[in-house]
Amino acid sequence: MTIRWTRKDLLGLRELSADEINFILETADAFKQVGTREIKKVPALRGKTLVNFFVEPSTRTRTSFELAAFRLSADVINISATGSSLTKGETLKDTARNLEALHADILVLRHSSAGAPLFLANRLKASVINAGDGAHEHPTQALLDLYTIRERRGEIAGLHVAIIGDILFSRVARSNIFGLLKLGAHVTLVGPSTLVPREFEKLGVEVSHKIDDVLPRADVVNLLRIQHERQRKEYFPGIGEYIRLFGLTKKRAKLLKPECLIMHPGPINRGVEIDSDVADGLQSVILDQVTNGLAVRMAVLYLCGGIAI
Amino acid sequence: MDAEAIRRALRRIAHEIVERNPRLEKMVLAGIPSRGVEIARRIATFIHEIEEIEIETGVIDVAMHRDDVGTRAALPVVRASKLPVPLEERTVIIVDDVLYTGRTVRAAMDAINSFGRPARIQLAVLVDRGHRELPIRPDYVGKNLPTSGSEKVRVRLEQTDGEPDAVQLQRQ
Repeated sequence: MTIRWTRKDLLGLRELSADEINFILETADAFKQVGTREIKKVPALRGKTLVNFFVEPSTRTRTSFELAAFRLSADVINISATGSSLTKGETLKDTARNLEALHADILVLRHSSAGAPLFLANRLKASVINAGDGAHEHPTQALLDLYTIRERRGEIAGLHVAIIGDILFSRVARSNIFGLLKLGAHVTLVGPSTLVPREFEKLGVEVSHKIDDVLPRADVVNLLRIQHERQRKEYFPGIGEYIRLFGLTKKRAKLLKPECLIMHPGPINRGVEIDSDVADGLQSVILDQVTNGLAVRMAVLYLCGGIAI
Repeated sequence: MDAEAIRRALRRIAHEIVERNPRLEKMVLAGIPSRGVEIARRIATFIHEIEEIEIETGVIDVAMHRDDVGTRAALPVVRASKLPVPLEERTVIIVDDVLYTGRTVRAAMDAINSFGRPARIQLAVLVDRGHRELPIRPDYVGKNLPTSGSEKVRVRLEQTDGEPDAVQLQRQ
């Protein structure tokens, strides 16, 4: 495929074409191979400075970006909300301008407000990579999910992917929906009607409130974590009720096709959205997702950070 | 050069490689995508005809080792590299279609070193067009083609380009 990558920012999958998504996945193939070398480091971004700016707490996404940057020979600074001047009343724009004054080349931003990465991308010369903004998008998570499905199943077009759980508050679900539909998958969202409202059908997906009907038809199930921290009021009666109706228990997992992949973006609530045995079972590709996340983030940093601005 | 001239040049390179490398089983031909990979495959086939030994081939992608990242409006496509490991005690022969400034070869040597420390690295090219910007010289050359900086060397190979084998000098 011959496409020219010309974006300095990665804000979401909604604005990317299928060709651009495939181009990132193919670039990630090359970077995955770097992880198997004796020296797992290439000079592609030597001399560039990457700022990991995480206004919301995150360990795995931040360390994944950090390791990806190290493997590309970039220098990394980590800034978290508690350690930054945001808690002292500085605006996001002023903090960002200060970062730019330090000649940061790439800004990886995790923020509780949807649109914060776009706001900064329009104002900064630096590349801005969205590492999750509010309930909007989390593009690198969706890209690593797509990469993992493609690696295991060859092609994404024609597959039936069930996304189960807290869709309403999930940026992972939104990015996955955009990416999967663009690449030709059939998507079913599953969960209680409070967390999976019918309005989602307008995006071109199927909505179901009965997990047992969907599991036997799925080629991939992607389980989302119940985000206690984002739920200000009760959306379902209780954890016990949720497990009974939507948890991927050992018994329920028997409904799945033997080749169906089980995915989870982590961190897992063992015994809530997924049983421990199922999370560690043969169909689970949860740890592959972590490994592939590194390759995908290397590809994104290389593409967005490597073009002349 | 036409298809026959290319065939003879690569066959001669295969003979030279056999002559200069007594331990062919410890050798790997590493092509630079995409035409270098095809040329490496052809040289390996000739060596097989000459010595009846299967030479290992590999792919060495240089995009992530280039020194011009950040200066281009669009990035070169990155492909996965593939080399047998361990590389220690092996001779790696870098194979490419055209040798020009030498910067690609430098990047290829960096890439190879990240896989390990080969016993030696050699360089085989179909065409050497001169104008080196680094102290690099080829060990095996299909054809020396004196060029000026404004000219372009156009290489076409059946398998990579879907056109008959040819090397042409184009004035811009």
